[in-house]
Amino acid sequence: MLAPLFSSKLILVLFFGTLFGLILGVLPGLGPTTGGALILPFTMTLDPLSAIVLLTSIYCAGTYGGAITAVLINTPGTPAAAATCLDGYPLAQKGEAGRALGMATVSSTVGGIFSVIILVFFAPILAQLAYEFGQPEYFALAIFGLTMLASIGEGSPIKNLIAGAFGILISTVGKDFMTSIDRFTFGVNELTEGIGFIPVVVGLFAMSEMLTQSTLINQVFNRIALKAIKLPSIDDYKKTWKTILRSSGIGSFIGVLPAEGGTVASLIGYSEAKRFSKNPEEFGKGSIEGIAGAEAANNAATGGAMVPTLALGIPGSATTAVILTGLIIHGVRPGPDLFREQPDFLYGIFGAMLIANALFFIFGFFGAKIFARITLVPNKILWPMIFAVSVCGTYSLNQSIIDVWIMLFFGVIGFFMRRYGFSVVPVIIGLILGELVEGTLRQSLVIFDGNWLMFLTRPIALTFFILSLIALAFPLLRSRKLKKK
Amino acid sequence: MKNVQKPKRANKSLPFFFKDEFKVSFIIIFISLILLVTTFTFDVVPPILNRGIQPATFPKALLILIIAMTIIIYYLATKNPWKIEKKLPKSFFLTLLSFILFVIISKTLDFFLAISALSIFVSYYWGEKRLFYLLLVGIIFPIIVFIFFETILGLRFPPGIITNIYYS
Repeated sequence: MLAPLFSSKLILVLFFGTLFGLILGVLPGLGPTTGGALILPFTMTLDPLSAIVLLTSIYCAGTYGGAITAVLINTPGTPAAAATCLDGYPLAQKGEAGRALGMATVSSTVGGIFSVIILVFFAPILAQLAYEFGQPEYFALAIFGLTMLASIGEGSPIKNLIAGAFGILISTVGKDFMTSIDRFTFGVNELTEGIGFIPVVVGLFAMSEMLTQSTLINQVFNRIALKAIKLPSIDDYKKTWKTILRSSGIGSFIGVLPAEGGTVASLIGYSEAKRFSKNPEEFGKGSIEGIAGAEAANNAATGGAMVPTLALGIPGSATTAVILTGLIIHGVRPGPDLFREQPDFLYGIFGAMLIANALFFIFGFFGAKIFARITLVPNKILWPMIFAVSVCGTYSLNQSIIDVWIMLFFGVIGFFMRRYGFSVVPVIIGLILGELVEGTLRQSLVIFDGNWLMFLTRPIALTFFILSLIALAFPLLRSRKLKKK
Repeated sequence: MKNVQKPKRANKSLPFFFKDEFKVSFIIIFISLILLVTTFTFDVVPPILNRGIQPATFPKALLILIIAMTIIIYYLATKNPWKIEKKLPKSFFLTLLSFILFVIISKTLDFFLAISALSIFVSYYWGEKRLFYLLLVGIIFPIIVFIFFETILGLRFPPGIITNIYYS
């Protein structure tokens, strides 16, 4: 599994990716998704394996990095670390920041490694199953992936579905791939090739965040001083090993579900840790189990989310949507053929994720104090710099100034979407799945001679449609249950 | 909890067209309708070449779905109003203005100059008054990025008053 990584270039990429991921994770507002989007144009200079190794190491390390700011300044560096704040910060206030970060580091590493094992075993099985898939099954699967947007953590279910539909709509801009007829080009030549992934991704994540930060320029963080990270004591391990394993399982499972990710995983991991705890009253006041539950789950979601991404080409989370974009722009089409034709490529990714988990343990353990200082870089310096990198990165892909304007346009759209409770993640997932949805639908209708009911005669497709209905009904049932409580 | 409930009550007292839920729903539906009308202008494929559905059918279905779901969120919002968002501060509008200035400068004068101007403008209005840091974000860092992209990634930036000097 590690053999494809035995090259000095890949090791350097992995080292840099982990370090960069940690820095991104520590900075509130950035995180692995925005960071991945920012670095995406740069990956064009790398070979496909190095590019994806870079993105996956950023993903693993960035997810962990969010815990450092969650513990020290009560602000999650990434949304997935939100649950870590609940106990991490109170524990840090009690003068045990080192212990809190030590537990976060250990449980994140265990969760991450556990999920890579799940990835290694389950992705090939899922890919094997995908051999049975024809166009109708892929259409049903893509619909299932989109309906899962209804139950992702952020935003209301219907708002998420609207955002997902908006993403699909963006994918229809340009020449129709079956008939070459222009759609929504409004006479602009540059739009006939469609709207690229990178301007939309960088705009929705980085530029909209810049606008959000412009509303928070007077925000002051109270940073707790960190002397050194401490490894958890034997007592802590005794208290938390079951929680870590349970949350690793939960995180991996949630990660495998299309469109779900670390944020949902950490919230469920945290609430399950509380439910099974002998001391639930300590939760929210600095419980070590709370930190372990949330951190193991959010890092376990990284490997889980890579399962549908690599096996089916359906993103398992927001960051894997960026990784999927990276795969597509490097000409790698995820799916069963990838497993058959390029096993070295896949094992390179698996190995990279494993090493990234070990590396962030070392970096986190010895460098958390330094990484914590990164939060001192003021936004008034940081964001203009991010702007310069975003603009040049977006321009570099097609050397098109129109791409830069599209990026700014989506930055403004993203800001207002977030302001009014629409998550931007579904837009990216919709954009990525859009071509798959429309292409497989139209090709299926050709196969079925225009008879829509024929979809229901295909058992796998029918199963996915039923799962889609469940995914749509789930948030409704959940809110009713909450109201009854 | 009190903080969440207070704005809801305040929101109820506003006329419906001032409420965020109306404004947002109206804008989504209005734009969707314009796009829906546009789909009727798409070329139609003759039946002999048409495979499956017409190119306009899929976007039409999507837009109708978006309109229907927006009506649902508006209906739900009438029962459970959205919380009122805080007024956007001046710094937001200045940042937005800097985006517009960036587009104008990059189109008329120079791409690099546009990055530089935006960086200094944003940094200054976000509170940075020290000259060294303004030069750092506005000149030194963009030069580093420019050289990195130009030499390492082999990128050629669009012509402009500064880039022309560099390239000549």
